[in-house]
Amino acid sequence: MIAQALAFYLFAGIAVIAGFMVISARNPVHSVLFLILAFFNAAGLFILLGAEFLGLLMVVVYVGAVAVLFLFVVMMLDIDFVELRQGFRDYLHIGVPITIVVLLELIFAVAVSAVSSDAVNSAVNPIPPVEEVSNMRAIGHLLYTDYFLLFQLAGMILLVAMIGAIVLTHRRRDGVRRQNIYEQVTRAPADSIEVRDVKPGQGI
Amino acid sequence: MDKSGSQVIFDFFSGVIHLPDWLALGMTHVVLILALLVCILVSLAFLLLADRKIWAAVMMRRGPNVVGPFGLLQSFADFFKFIFKEVIIPAGANKGVFLLAPVLTFTLAAATWAVVPVAPGWVIADINLGILYIFAMSSLGVYGIIMGGWASNSKYPFLGGLRSAAQMVSYEVSIGFVLITVLLVVGSLNLQDIVNAQSNWSLWFTPLFPMFVVFFISALAETNRPPFDLPEAESELVAGYQVEYSSTAYLLFMIGEYMNIVLMCAMTVILFMGGWLPPLRPFGLEFLYVVPPVLWFILKVCFVFFMFAMVKVIVPRYRYDQLMRLGWKVFLPLSLLWVVGTSAAVVYFPGMFPLVR
Repeated sequence: MIAQALAFYLFAGIAVIAGFMVISARNPVHSVLFLILAFFNAAGLFILLGAEFLGLLMVVVYVGAVAVLFLFVVMMLDIDFVELRQGFRDYLHIGVPITIVVLLELIFAVAVSAVSSDAVNSAVNPIPPVEEVSNMRAIGHLLYTDYFLLFQLAGMILLVAMIGAIVLTHRRRDGVRRQNIYEQVTRAPADSIEVRDVKPGQGI
Repeated sequence: MDKSGSQVIFDFFSGVIHLPDWLALGMTHVVLILALLVCILVSLAFLLLADRKIWAAVMMRRGPNVVGPFGLLQSFADFFKFIFKEVIIPAGANKGVFLLAPVLTFTLAAATWAVVPVAPGWVIADINLGILYIFAMSSLGVYGIIMGGWASNSKYPFLGGLRSAAQMVSYEVSIGFVLITVLLVVGSLNLQDIVNAQSNWSLWFTPLFPMFVVFFISALAETNRPPFDLPEAESELVAGYQVEYSSTAYLLFMIGEYMNIVLMCAMTVILFMGGWLPPLRPFGLEFLYVVPPVLWFILKVCFVFFMFAMVKVIVPRYRYDQLMRLGWKVFLPLSLLWVVGTSAAVVYFPGMFPLVR
């Protein structure tokens, strides 16, 4: 148990510190790198909870794909952070209320789970029990049977969003010669080479 | 490692040295990890030499043949040369990230090997989600390259880093689908289960063969091997993300890269070629079981590595748009189709897949 507690405080501590560094780092790329560190430690916490499938999936999806694209974009943008900070005060009157609302909601959620015995019990006894079903199987069962329609709809919405982004930003340029692989492969010597008999002293 | 083997080491620490149980267990793991790491690093030295020798042989050159008999010690000579040189950090570089990148590459490559079973029971961490762990770790590998490319604060490395980020993310998708087809057939994410599932019939001869081809080519792209070595294409980017690296930092990059290549070879062997099981199992060649399983595993990995090396020599480098076309327009639909087909087969013809519960 001591080892588990130590591991928990290690992961949680690094996650919190990394989360703080995300907003305080001067270099935006460093911010993204700290964000990745925070993701990674959150995955560690998941594994510590016994949700190893969620933990590894978090590494694959968030760290391995989403954050790479983040990093990609931030590196390309070359943001001047000093310039960004100049508008800091202007956004304060929007930012502070949002922060307060989120904080209150968090406190509310924690208070409710502390008071109501249902929430505590369901956290202590995950459904279904870990001993009977591996958590991967449990998640699969929930997603693909009970919530199948919602899951598919969420997937469709994401697909539509992706296609929409492509449609909005894609523009077809004129004068670009595109490669047609089929045309290239099916090309035969007979229709691309012509042998001419050139007489001496004459051009073609 | 072997159950009895780790037990012997544990008994040594708890019985002979009288360590408390938890410390003895920890020390046992440390010894096993060191043993595996040393084995991998030493065999890497010779695989690197083999790579260069095969490359040379196809080009009708001699290859490295000066250091030691047949140049066998060439890799060790290179190793010492790298270590004793000065680490040059460019003035404009982002120092911390610049040094972190190669360390990250090496660490991730080494950590992935923790779940690779080389023989029955010979594995450091026999976790249930082994395949997912390997997939997660290899998807992290891109960070070493992209961080190195950015932190160098130079044009060529940056372009190399961006290229590799896009390339590795693209091919990860098709690798993921290939893994899904395999684990649909096997019904488990444990790597030992996957090998054992091939004991009575070989995945090689089943309809998974096209997935083997897709996996092999995607592995080449994932590890930035030629013909997909665009992140370090010397004719256009000098050496890509590695331009500013020297000495040990470069060495860590290179070792990490080769470790990933051998890992991909091992994955090919485990997923499609029956791991430590002897080849040609359907023909009932019982005498092949005399050879120790770990030797079969090593032989098969060497064979796949030979194919990697041959591809490097024979195939010319892809153009970047062709690379993206292959990944997104050919492999992705193909592997997706195979996932759909395999799942349909698992559902409608359960008799074909005795292992799926």
